[in-house]
Formats: sequence, C-alpha cells, structure tokens
Amino acid sequence: MLILIVGAGRVGSSVARAMLAEGHEVSCLDEDPDSHARLELGLDTSWEDAGGQFTVGTGLEIDALTTAGIERADVFVASTNGDNTNIVIAQIAQRRFNVETVIARILDPYRAEWYATQGMTTVCPTRTAIEMLETNLREVAASKEGQPDG
Amino acid sequence: MGEREGGDYMLIVGGGKVGWNLARELIDKGHEVTLIEADRERYLTVEQELEHRVLYGDASELWVLERAGIARADMVIAVTGDDEDNLLICQVAKDKYDVDRVIARVNNPRNRQHFDLLGVKPYVSATDLILRLIERQVPRYGLVHLLDLADANIEIIDLLIGEDAQVVGSPLHELNMPKSSLLISVMRDGTGFVPTPDTVLQAGDEVLAVLDPAAEEELTRYLGVEQATVHRKPD
Repeated sequence: MLILIVGAGRVGSSVARAMLAEGHEVSCLDEDPDSHARLELGLDTSWEDAGGQFTVGTGLEIDALTTAGIERADVFVASTNGDNTNIVIAQIAQRRFNVETVIARILDPYRAEWYATQGMTTVCPTRTAIEMLETNLREVAASKEGQPDG
Repeated sequence: MGEREGGDYMLIVGGGKVGWNLARELIDKGHEVTLIEADRERYLTVEQELEHRVLYGDASELWVLERAGIARADMVIAVTGDDEDNLLICQVAKDKYDVDRVIARVNNPRNRQHFDLLGVKPYVSATDLILRLIERQVPRYGLVHLLDLADANIEIIDLLIGEDAQVVGSPLHELNMPKSSLLISVMRDGTGFVPTPDTVLQAGDEVLAVLDPAAEEELTRYLGVEQATVHRKPD
C-alpha cells in the first residue's frame, strides 16, 4: 500500500515513520527541504535507505504531487500545518486523482464536521483534545463527588 | 450614498485594496455590504471609514461567516491575498450556505485549475487580466486570446496576417482553413468588416477567428503568423 503524506511536520513525519516500519510504501511531500531531517529522527539510516521517498514541493503543485507518486497512491494524508491547505489538497487528491482513501487533518472542529459530511475523512486534533479534557474533568468531578466543597 | 433600488447584500472577504475599494463602490451603488478582515490593524484602518460595515475575523471559520450573515447574502466575494482562503470561502458559501453567486480572486494564475476543480467560478486573476492587456497592446505576440471558453472548448483569437503568408491574395472560398475554425471579422486600415467568401486577405489584416483550441497551431501556421511570434497563453 502506497501512502502519500503531504506535510511532514511533527504529525506527518511520525505517521510516516510508523507506516514505513509496518512495511508500507511511504512517500512524503513537504515544501521545506529541512523537514527531511525530521523524518530521520530515531532512524539509524537515511529516510531513503529505510525505503522512504521524499519530495520537496507543495500539495497545490500538480507536478510535485505526480513526482511524489499520487497517481498510484492508495491513501492520501493531508497533514500540513494549515487547515485550508489540507482541505484544498485533500479535494485535489479526491477529485482529480481519485485516490481511494483521503484523510485530512483539520484543526477547526466545525469545518472538520462539515467536510466529513462531504465525503472526506477528517481528523480533528482539537476535537480530540476537547474530548480528553472533558473526560479528565468529569473523572476529577466524579472523584470529588460527596466531598464537601472547599 | 447613492439611491437604493433593491440593493443586494454583498459579503466581501479581505479588506486589502481590492476589497476596500469594492466595498466603497458597492455601497455607493446602494448595496448593503459587510467586509470581513482578519488582520486587526488593517481592520482598524478600514473601520474608520466603513464603520459597522467591517467585521473583524477569519472568514475561513464558519462562525465568522455566520455572524456576518452569510445565510442571507446574495453574493460572496472573496478577495484575500490567499488563494486557498478564497477558494474555500466560496466553496462553503455555495455548498453549505446556498449562496447563488460567488466571485473569487485568484492571486497565482497557476491555481486556476483548482478553482475549476472545486467548481468555484467565476474567478478573477489580476495577473491574467494585466497579461491580456499587455498581449493586446504588444502586437509582436501576433496572437491574442480574446476569449477562452474552456468549458465550451472554444476560443476567439486575434491574429495579424504576416507579410509572406500563403493566404494573402486568395479569396476566402479558395482557402483551405483548418477544420473547426472560422474567420469572423477582418480589421483593415482602421475599419472592420465581416468577411464574405469573396474577401481577399491582405498582409497586415487583423483577423478574429473562432476555433477549437486544438486547431490553434494549425490555424496560425496556415495564416502565416510566424511560429516564433505565436503567443502561448501563460499558465
């Protein structure tokens, strides 16, 4: 399975390394050449020697997407640090390249919800943070129940 | 304020020069306008003139659009300096809020294809407009795209008949014009006319042709516009 990840920041690079370790073919596209170093964190070889691919460019450049292998990608992950970029490039992957599975990281919960209804798989870290915080607070509240206020 | 004859509600996103001036003009024409600006400093500047008609916020966020009253907007005009913002604001306006009319600004002409892909139109690219003006005023290009109806797969081009073009001196009915092309007008010595089958082309004639874009190269070659002067539409 070829996984194309656009945006090799903290999230993208970790997912890329994990998927490569699990035996998948992984190609990363990032506009910053320096993010290549992030892919190699914790590896004893270079990213390429480990079997990974890295392309410099943005997800709005069709040439860069093609070089990164979008035409034969099974999964497309949009994990740049911009919601708008992720939403646009995810739709390019869906509509122009017909990539089977397209996942976009969207920080804005409201929009993550809306695009999810439009056939996009969305991952919303903000929503996850909200849920975790609420769960933690409820647990704290429950443990204090019965105890006098103070 | 101009008189108001059933003005529309226009939502403008982006308070740069384009957005601010548009807001002014539309207000003058009697429309109701809200301008959304995401930069605090810029917002404060524009607010001195437009007052309550400016809203501070990032229009990429749906609640900002909702607070601006997108649900009742007749038109959304996205003219920020960021193509992704303009694209998504218009997409959401159409698909989520059922706004019938949107206009998007394209900053980088290379992004036009993405606006087409996501069905956001019409869009306006200042770079393209200026390029077209330059092309129209610089005759050495030889060929000018007046109209490019990509969806209809048809275009109208303007070209200058070269000195030693093979078509010079023969009436049109004897010419072997490429398929899917038609000459629709001839400009000669400052006057224009619609050609008939008996029209004889002269060197220096400026002709308008309507054609299938695929026939462009064949047509230019046939009409003797030198290959080097054929202008390819910049991407």
